[in-house]
Amino acid sequence: MGYPHAPHPRETTVLSKYFGDRDAIGLDGWRKRGGYVALEKALGMTPAEIVGIVKDSGLRGRGGAGFPTGLKWSFMKPGDGKPHYLCCNADESEPGTFKDREIMRWTPHALIEGCAIGAYAIGAETAYIYIRGEFTEPLERMEAAVREARAAGVIGPNAMDTGKRVDVWVHKGAGAYICGEETALMNSLEGRRGNPRIKPPFPAVAGVFGQPTTINNVETLAAVPHILNNGADWYKKMARADNPRSTGTKLWSVCGNIARPGNYEVEMGFPFKDFLYDLCGGPPPGRKFKAVIPGGSSVPIMNMEEAEAALMDYEGMVAKGSMLGSAGCIVIDDAQCMVKQIARLARFYAHESCAQCTQCREGTAWATKIMERIEAGEGTMADLDTLLEIGDNMTGKTICVLSDSCAVPIASGIQKWRDEFEAHIKGKRCPFRAAAAA
Amino acid sequence: MATSKEMGGVHAESHAAHESDAHAHGEPHEPVFVGERRKQLDELLTRYPTKMAVLLPALWMLQEDRGWVSEAGMAEVAEVLSLTPAYVKGVVTFYTMYHQHPVGKHFIQVCTTSPCNVCGAEDVVNAFLKHTKCGELGVTSDDGRFTVIEVECLGACGFATPVMINSDFIESVTPEKVPDILSKLT
Repeated sequence: MGYPHAPHPRETTVLSKYFGDRDAIGLDGWRKRGGYVALEKALGMTPAEIVGIVKDSGLRGRGGAGFPTGLKWSFMKPGDGKPHYLCCNADESEPGTFKDREIMRWTPHALIEGCAIGAYAIGAETAYIYIRGEFTEPLERMEAAVREARAAGVIGPNAMDTGKRVDVWVHKGAGAYICGEETALMNSLEGRRGNPRIKPPFPAVAGVFGQPTTINNVETLAAVPHILNNGADWYKKMARADNPRSTGTKLWSVCGNIARPGNYEVEMGFPFKDFLYDLCGGPPPGRKFKAVIPGGSSVPIMNMEEAEAALMDYEGMVAKGSMLGSAGCIVIDDAQCMVKQIARLARFYAHESCAQCTQCREGTAWATKIMERIEAGEGTMADLDTLLEIGDNMTGKTICVLSDSCAVPIASGIQKWRDEFEAHIKGKRCPFRAAAAA
Repeated sequence: MATSKEMGGVHAESHAAHESDAHAHGEPHEPVFVGERRKQLDELLTRYPTKMAVLLPALWMLQEDRGWVSEAGMAEVAEVLSLTPAYVKGVVTFYTMYHQHPVGKHFIQVCTTSPCNVCGAEDVVNAFLKHTKCGELGVTSDDGRFTVIEVECLGACGFATPVMINSDFIESVTPEKVPDILSKLT
């Protein structure tokens, strides 16, 4: 990891190797660390060869959905006579997630290299990196790196003197969680309101500017140069022996009530218990862990029994009732009120709903009101059923999954911490607040 | 129990601001998109296949130069990009970062979403409200120097509590650090 802590001996630092290393930020420093070797190699290959290697590596999307990257790239049909585009999703806004921020702050050229390779592989001459507006420092670093790479001829109309055009541009968002949804991002990039679009058509058919588009997360693209340099076999080996479907290393952002918050990079399949207690140092002094949201705020909340038995890959998290998601791991200790925190999450989704689907616009707002009423000690037992019913109406019925993401933590909260909900309702006040006031 | 104002505010604009007269803030201005700004805009137009794609960047330029995005400013942006003012307003109102009203000289955004919330972010907000004398979220202090708002996840959860003051991003803020942070602002 390297920032803010030195890497733990059990980490496998590939993407995070140079986090905290100021000399890695500029083009010269990056080249001394092996930068742009993979791009040079890639531009000498055919796009199909690159797609083949990425497919073989087993790399899956790191933004949350885990879709196989090589397969996604193969949907872009060469020679269709249309301009193709690559979008890099750097709108990192999922509560608990702050890994892409560190990639862009410390290794901006790694992302440019990944974008340039990705663009070439899908037959695109232009890649747009859409960065959330609040990321002022990553924006500055990325813009400076793009200027530097362009001035040096690494990217641009004659990238690496190969006669191939690869433009990479940074686009600044303006504050909207929903623009991390791929089709909303495309609308926003086009200068529209960031409402998600109905699929189909999928981006590979009609994406940004109505043209075939691939959209990948920052971490996904940053992994590509390493795969080209070291080979698909090297990447595939970083996996559980009994689960070849999750490969490579994964950056985990860890935050909340934990001794050493920060970014950690481990191989797929790492034991979650060791991770939480050994690498991250366990709970703060005098506290115990109560709950973990392992994959950003949109995934089901785990109790400690589930978390401590989980393995850190796509399948391992599903096996214990949650998801890997964006690997933004929020840890909650026994001093926190689950009702309050779930109410706060619901408020987040209500604030961020784009409001085009009724189930989401109304559901997130009403769920927030009911959650806050329970937290204030004014709920009824019937409210719990109402919340689950609203949640059911919010799941699988809207254009995008923001609505589902609000329903998920509420449902898992009521299911796993029903005693806390009931204590608020029966005691007519928050037991945690009462204890703190005593 | 949340008050009716709070409940109604679930989808409301996060920083309700003071009513203000554009002229009180120095309008009319010189046009934004002339000279260096025009060159920047023209360069941006080469990066995209449509003019409309430059809308968000153009609004950023407007806000950087004027401090906020007024109706007159939106009309200017609409003009240079061949859009209608109504369309531009529709886009402006979707995003949280364009100020549709003037704000304090130091615009302070404190993250209070769950990861920061469990680390005590609400105490950080209260410290800012107290020491800036704003008293209330979204209200600009009497001296015009500060506006404090709560913001949803700033994407720096491992450095709770992150605070943005204009474009400066400050990590690991605690209530105790607030007076010192404010004393360094001009």
